[in-house]
Amino acid sequence: MAKKILMCGNDACGEGAVLAGCKFYAGYPITPQNELTAYMAKRMNENGGVFIQAESELAAINMVFGAAAAGVRAMTSSSSPGVSLKQEGISYLAGCELPCVIVNMQRGGPGLGNIAPAQGDYFQSVKGGGHGDYKLIVLAPSSAQELLEYTFLAFDLADKYRNPVLILGDGLLGQMMEPISINADMQPKTFEKPWALTGCKGRSPNVIKSLYLGDGALEEHNKKLQAKFALIRQSEIRAQAFHSKDSEIMLVAYGSVARIAKSSMDMARAKGLKVGMIRPVTLWPFPEKIIEEACATAKKFLVVEMSAGQMVEDVKLAVNGRAKVDFYGRMGGGIPTEEEILARIEALV
Amino acid sequence: MKKKKIVKKRIKKIMPIAAGASSDIIFSRPESLRDVENHYCAGCGHGITHRLVCEVIDEFGIRDRVIAIAPVGCAVIAYDYWDFDVAEAAHGRTPAVATGIKRVLPHNIVFTYQGDGDLAAIGTAEIIHAANRGENITVIFVNNGVYGMTGGQMAPTTLAGQRTTTTIHGRSLRREGYPLKILEMLAVLPGVKYLERVSVHSSHEILRAKRAISKAFKTQIDNKGFSMVEVLSMCPTYWGMSPIQAAERIKNEVSTFYPLGVIKSC
Repeated sequence: MAKKILMCGNDACGEGAVLAGCKFYAGYPITPQNELTAYMAKRMNENGGVFIQAESELAAINMVFGAAAAGVRAMTSSSSPGVSLKQEGISYLAGCELPCVIVNMQRGGPGLGNIAPAQGDYFQSVKGGGHGDYKLIVLAPSSAQELLEYTFLAFDLADKYRNPVLILGDGLLGQMMEPISINADMQPKTFEKPWALTGCKGRSPNVIKSLYLGDGALEEHNKKLQAKFALIRQSEIRAQAFHSKDSEIMLVAYGSVARIAKSSMDMARAKGLKVGMIRPVTLWPFPEKIIEEACATAKKFLVVEMSAGQMVEDVKLAVNGRAKVDFYGRMGGGIPTEEEILARIEALV
Repeated sequence: MKKKKIVKKRIKKIMPIAAGASSDIIFSRPESLRDVENHYCAGCGHGITHRLVCEVIDEFGIRDRVIAIAPVGCAVIAYDYWDFDVAEAAHGRTPAVATGIKRVLPHNIVFTYQGDGDLAAIGTAEIIHAANRGENITVIFVNNGVYGMTGGQMAPTTLAGQRTTTTIHGRSLRREGYPLKILEMLAVLPGVKYLERVSVHSSHEILRAKRAISKAFKTQIDNKGFSMVEVLSMCPTYWGMSPIQAAERIKNEVSTFYPLGVIKSC
């Protein structure tokens, strides 16, 4: 059995990156993800990687752009206001098809907001926070263990599809100390990167760019990107479903809220209510089909988020009028309690 | 006859022949420069500067380990002209991209090629901090005092009184502030090892510019730290001048405000 160690979510995320063979990290201080930056400063140094405390989030994401262009596994992390600053770079990374991992430990917004956990960056993460038609693969862990495992997975997905992958956590997940175990088979995979900039010795020169000025060239590039996104949609959807066969009321929640909502589901079941839950693990691609299938028994959905209601729009699209979709959310650092969610479930019965 | 020979010898000394070329050829296209037409306007200094960079790269024999970062601006498609690995960068983020590349590939030769809008306006933070970290990269900074690609707006380096589409009565120091002397600003940073300002307005200055670019690359090859060459360049199109008038403006006006020469060498 793998050894258990106590780690905060931010550190677990960093360790997942190290295990995946991340050799470059650039970041800028922002609460509540500072432990991750400090962890990477220590671990990059121990592992022959590169750590840079950048002058800004703009510089950090563009340093990651450079390292990724050179074919190295690279990561940056931040929290909501800092991730807003990274959006320009993220659009360029997606346009240039460069693989990298970006971590957002969300905090309350808008603006400077506060440093409490929130899920107000869902739209920014899954709809494309930067300019242009692009998608990020968005993974939403709900524990320190999953922060480790999904960050590890994120590097493989990034390299496999040559696309940035976003880990969407929150301040609660980042700060919480939990036991984690490291599986011995978590070894870095290597991907051939013939496109990388390494100097043109023995080959013709490589160019990394997102500028296409020729007549129709950018449309062709976009079609290629969309074909890739279609393939990701087909192959990479991940979700957890609980009591999916007989539930009349289906909860939908992701990240740390999914853990709270699951307790509410158990409390409702103990009261004899037929309540289930769908927990999207990939927020993009979104598990539309699983939600659609749940409509066979569930006539009511309750979406719970730490936002004013963002993922609920995607649930409504997936439900497509087949069931009633209700929403319960807290904002600005408010965390929904088990009892609050249970009360909303009972009101739906 | 004798005079002709001397000239030939001189040219050979300052413009060494491209690798593999016959010894009878005294002037040819550098291997690092693609044999294609460029999009630059008549009298623009970018074509000359591209060529100088390529000649230096050939002379050091580093073409196969060079990685360049092209800017946003008139030189945005420099990768169509250079025959080595090139990355594009978001506007002004060029030195951050260069930092990422050089840190993971320290044995490669990494240089950025940036205009005055890219480097001295939107990318001010990136250039200052890359320089201050002493990143072992080379920066070719082309200063023509206007935004060329977007149609001739004021740049941070636009001279006082200079007319642009956004300073229609001339740059007012009171309203628009003072032209930025980036090299003089960077000179105080200990991580910065080589700074020189040159011009490409005459053949004499072009030869000096090449020597400066060569010294800057040598600084990186010797792992000394940050090096940068500012190239004063003509923009006849948005200065509203003929190519000859533009060259004269650099000689008489621009280089008076931005003095040519080595700013720092250590």
